[in-house]
Amino acid sequence: MSTGAITEGRHESAWATFRRGFALSPELKAGLAGTLGLALVAMIGRAAVPVAVQQGIDKGLGVQTGQLDMGVIATVVAITAGILVITTTCGYFMMRRLFTVSETALANMRVRTFRHIHDLSMLHQQSERRGTMVSRVTSDVDSITQFIQWGGVILMVNGGQLVVTLIVMAVYSWQLTLVVLAAFVPAVIVIKSFQKRLAGAYQESRRRIGVMLGAISESVVGASVIRAYGISGRSGAKLSETIDDYQHAQRRAMRISVTSFSTGEIAAAVALAAVVVFGVKLGVAGEITLGEMTAYLFLVTLFIQPVQIATEVLNEAQNAVAGWRRLLDVADLEPDVADPAEHGVDLPAGPLDVSFEHVSFSYPADGAPGPRVLHDVDLHIAAKTRVAVVGETGSGKTTFAKLLTRLMDPSEGRVLLSGTPLTDVRFASLRSRVVMVPQDGFLFDATIAENVRFARPDLSDADLERAFTELGLLDWVQTLAHGLQTPVGERGEALSVGERQLVALVRAYVADPDLLVLDEATSAVDPATEVRLQRTLDAVTRGRTTVAIAHRLSTAQSADEVLVVDKGVVVQRGPHDNLVKDPDSIYAKLYASWLEQTR
Amino acid sequence: MLVAGEEAGAKPEITGRDVLARGARVMWRGIRDEPRRFTLAVVGSCLFGGLVIGQAMVIGWIVETLVAPATSGGDVTTGAVALGATVLIAMGLGRVVGIFGRRLGAGFMQFALQARYRHEVTRRYLQLPLSWHQRHPTGTLLSNANSDVEAAWFPVAPLPFAVGTVFMLFVAVTVLFAIDWALALVGLVVFPVLFVMNVIFSRRMAPRQARAQHMRAEVATIAHESFDGALVVKTMGREELETQRFARRAGELRDALISVGRLRGLFDPLMESLPFLGTLLALLVGAWRLDAGAIELQQLVQVTFLFTVLAFPVRAIGWVLGDLPRSVAGWDRVERVLRSTGQMPYGTEALPGAGAAQLRFDNVDFAYEPGQPVLRDVTFTVPAGRTVALVGPTGSGKSTIATLAARLLDPDAGRVGLDGVDARELTSAALADTVALVPQIAFVFDDTVRGNVALDRPGIDDVQVRHALATAQADAFVARLPAELDTQLGERGTSLSGGQRQRLTLARALAGQPRLLVLDDATSAVDPRVEARILASLRGSAQATTILVVAYRRATIALADEVVYIEAGRVVAHGTHEELLATVPGYIDLVTAYEKAEEEREREHVYDADGDAAAITEEEEVAA
Repeated sequence: MSTGAITEGRHESAWATFRRGFALSPELKAGLAGTLGLALVAMIGRAAVPVAVQQGIDKGLGVQTGQLDMGVIATVVAITAGILVITTTCGYFMMRRLFTVSETALANMRVRTFRHIHDLSMLHQQSERRGTMVSRVTSDVDSITQFIQWGGVILMVNGGQLVVTLIVMAVYSWQLTLVVLAAFVPAVIVIKSFQKRLAGAYQESRRRIGVMLGAISESVVGASVIRAYGISGRSGAKLSETIDDYQHAQRRAMRISVTSFSTGEIAAAVALAAVVVFGVKLGVAGEITLGEMTAYLFLVTLFIQPVQIATEVLNEAQNAVAGWRRLLDVADLEPDVADPAEHGVDLPAGPLDVSFEHVSFSYPADGAPGPRVLHDVDLHIAAKTRVAVVGETGSGKTTFAKLLTRLMDPSEGRVLLSGTPLTDVRFASLRSRVVMVPQDGFLFDATIAENVRFARPDLSDADLERAFTELGLLDWVQTLAHGLQTPVGERGEALSVGERQLVALVRAYVADPDLLVLDEATSAVDPATEVRLQRTLDAVTRGRTTVAIAHRLSTAQSADEVLVVDKGVVVQRGPHDNLVKDPDSIYAKLYASWLEQTR
Repeated sequence: MLVAGEEAGAKPEITGRDVLARGARVMWRGIRDEPRRFTLAVVGSCLFGGLVIGQAMVIGWIVETLVAPATSGGDVTTGAVALGATVLIAMGLGRVVGIFGRRLGAGFMQFALQARYRHEVTRRYLQLPLSWHQRHPTGTLLSNANSDVEAAWFPVAPLPFAVGTVFMLFVAVTVLFAIDWALALVGLVVFPVLFVMNVIFSRRMAPRQARAQHMRAEVATIAHESFDGALVVKTMGREELETQRFARRAGELRDALISVGRLRGLFDPLMESLPFLGTLLALLVGAWRLDAGAIELQQLVQVTFLFTVLAFPVRAIGWVLGDLPRSVAGWDRVERVLRSTGQMPYGTEALPGAGAAQLRFDNVDFAYEPGQPVLRDVTFTVPAGRTVALVGPTGSGKSTIATLAARLLDPDAGRVGLDGVDARELTSAALADTVALVPQIAFVFDDTVRGNVALDRPGIDDVQVRHALATAQADAFVARLPAELDTQLGERGTSLSGGQRQRLTLARALAGQPRLLVLDDATSAVDPRVEARILASLRGSAQATTILVVAYRRATIALADEVVYIEAGRVVAHGTHEELLATVPGYIDLVTAYEKAEEEREREHVYDADGDAAAITEEEEVAA
């Protein structure tokens, strides 16, 4: 199984990222031709005014003829104003389309990535990375939308303006245009070399922001520990360091960016000066008119501006491309435990039996398979039996449960439910028939009733109450201030740990599964409640298969069969009474120590 | 499903009317915090602006004195051309200096302000008590320190540019008046219109931006929660439902962003075209004035050029005004943290003496929510050096008592005393040196094993760290980690199992040799056999420690000298285990639950065996 390593800092050109991005969000292409067409018209507006100035000077002012013609000037101004109105309108429609299309595409991308991340096992295998995953569907998408709303348009319009002004410039004088281009060649080379350093600086800055966010989150989540140990000074110092580190990275990127920007400004001044020198020569040679030359000086300024803005926006683009790349890297990860979907089958109706066929499992460590956690497990659990899995910490019990519920796939061998290989079962069927209750009774920030309904949204209030009654938990619920309507707080933290486990158990119970897997689901519940719960659970789950991972051996005692796991191997199995008969067995030792603790 | 009570309730009222004034106040605060960088940036920006106008003047002069004669067969000296070119290049270099001042000043100012308020907000987090933290979702606190701080100082980057532009506009109008009053009137019409449009835009943008920002937070909250509960989502097969929940909010965010974009789409092209219209107007008026002999060609070119080069800088004003609403929204959230009360100040008393400390609860009442008491009139004593087990059913208030004992919360009424001193009187250091709480859910820092155990507390060296790890039965698994004590744990490090985490936090508590150790069911994820070993080694080394232990297991209770039994937040009984076992029905139920279950099972078993025997007999009979 691969836990999906994301290659950080992989080198890929921005263009390649755009191509990948477009391939994954085909909506972006919707009406693109129309938008580009409107953009083209909008750009023409930028060159209209210098042309008007040229026409006005050459034909209207009559510098050569000495005859000023107000009519010509008024006509030129009126026509140009008309063009401006049209191009402005086009600009409005272009941006409207662009924003609508891009925001729609990005929202879809956001939702798809969200769904995709749920399909990856990363969230529950590497819980530490949850924060990073959240930023994929939040700040990374935001960086793209930020770029499109501010920079993308500018880049698009200015790129076009560059082309349009260049064409008009070439029409007026190809010689001067060559001079301008020549002046910019060194600047382009320098800016390009700066771009690489800048990309590195931005990457470093993104990395440090991640470290800073990690430190902030630690100080918030670990607030009680920090306070209890009086180490706010230590945490404060660590926080300060990460905040300052980020600030320094920001400054470094800014210094590079300003230096690169200045190169453009100098090139602009050189270009303008060169135009004056060569323009005067051309004028003397009669190759350019006064109006054309004046328009040309305007055009050079208009040509310089987009170059300047583009270098600015390109910096921001680095950020957006980095965000997009991170998003795509997650989107490209194949779910390691994939839903066979329409190619899959449904589980056969009725109680389920379980077969492990020579199942081995090892977590990958740095790409290579790590040490084996489970070794050649080969067993059959008959339908309707209640099995307890016991063993020391790290013996492989939880891995067994995860393989059984297909949260992971075995490295070798296969797991079958009622003869159907798990890998062939459609998730819709699997998740409705097989339910696992994990140890940390995670609850959503809602009421108890809503949390239970998470498993069965159609449950009526009466059904809900009945479920609690059947599990003998109604008395407990009634002690709460608002009964079933009690809000449980963020992650359920308004309830005690034991209480959270109770709600999680009811939630699994109402899901009415045919195979119920309990992974130390009552570890924080008091013994009296646990025993009572065990008994009621036994009664209500009769007729289903249950597999309970437990370190309280009371569960094992009442099970039909006990599986003893030691160092990844099933070393013993059978009913409790048989297993304790051999005083040297691992189970007998576990049981002896259990008795020692409970008597 | 999600209730954004606080978010929605406390959503700042941002109306277009007052947002500019409030934004200006935020900016003014930033300027006061960073006066030198701001001054540098403004000076740079004004230099840049002055040179832009200067360039328009020079271009006009060049057209009149160089280009016009050259194109009409006149005489142009090489010296004049060289002068023109040199002046243009010199002005370019001057602009570079201006840009460096403006952008480095503005950027460094922005970064410094972000850092300053991140320092302040996080320092506040560390000061505010647990009760405050419990009321504020993690996601909100994270975005307060990150994106809200960022949003608050967003307009600082273009601010000096905007100030420089205002300066530039004044210079431009002055220059226009010097040239010709009629052309100056064109400027007086165009520039104020630009300014007014910027103001209208930012006012209309304010509510839209606020909504987008709010929706962004909502989307983040859902993602946070859903990914946190990924295991539940997956095991219940509810990915689709969660995706729908997320998609609804993502859709609202999309709509909010589109509405922001549409306004932008209207405003941007208009702002771009207006200066061009100004240029055309200047051309028209200029031609008329030229005809009337009031100005020369040079001045006409200068004026038209001036409008062209001003088009871009004027946008900077729009950038600042456009980002002010976001800034105000961000600043409001930041300020709310900085102004948060609910302080739980430490006292000034030290706790003299060494060895085990006594813990006493006197008539303690406590409620997380008003009107829903969790503890009622709780009174008990843990004598110095003794071990007391706190026993009670699920949800009876045990963890709350443990939390109060470590003074992470203060009682609503009554008093928690350590060696006779009210815990509220003690200094932070005295508390930390005296009490160590091992919580039910272990928290591991993003640090090495050593860092996690020692926490840089003075006097805790490797010997003590190893000793504590050994007592907590954590030495064996730590020895197997890739870099032993130096192994990095947490977000970017090795993951530990639940039982391993608990043992590590236990070692953390033991390393400080606390005088009172509070264990809140701190071994729930540890195997019975390992737990037995931990308890044995605790007993071996606990001479100088008072222990309050929340426990269910008989073995743990057996370690205790006395038991305090609570139900529904009240102390029902205290005494030795034997005493309670003889007199308190609830206690009997709780601690003998497993035994009774087994007895019952054995009875059933005998019955089952009889049944089996009978069945066999039947079968045999049939066979016979």
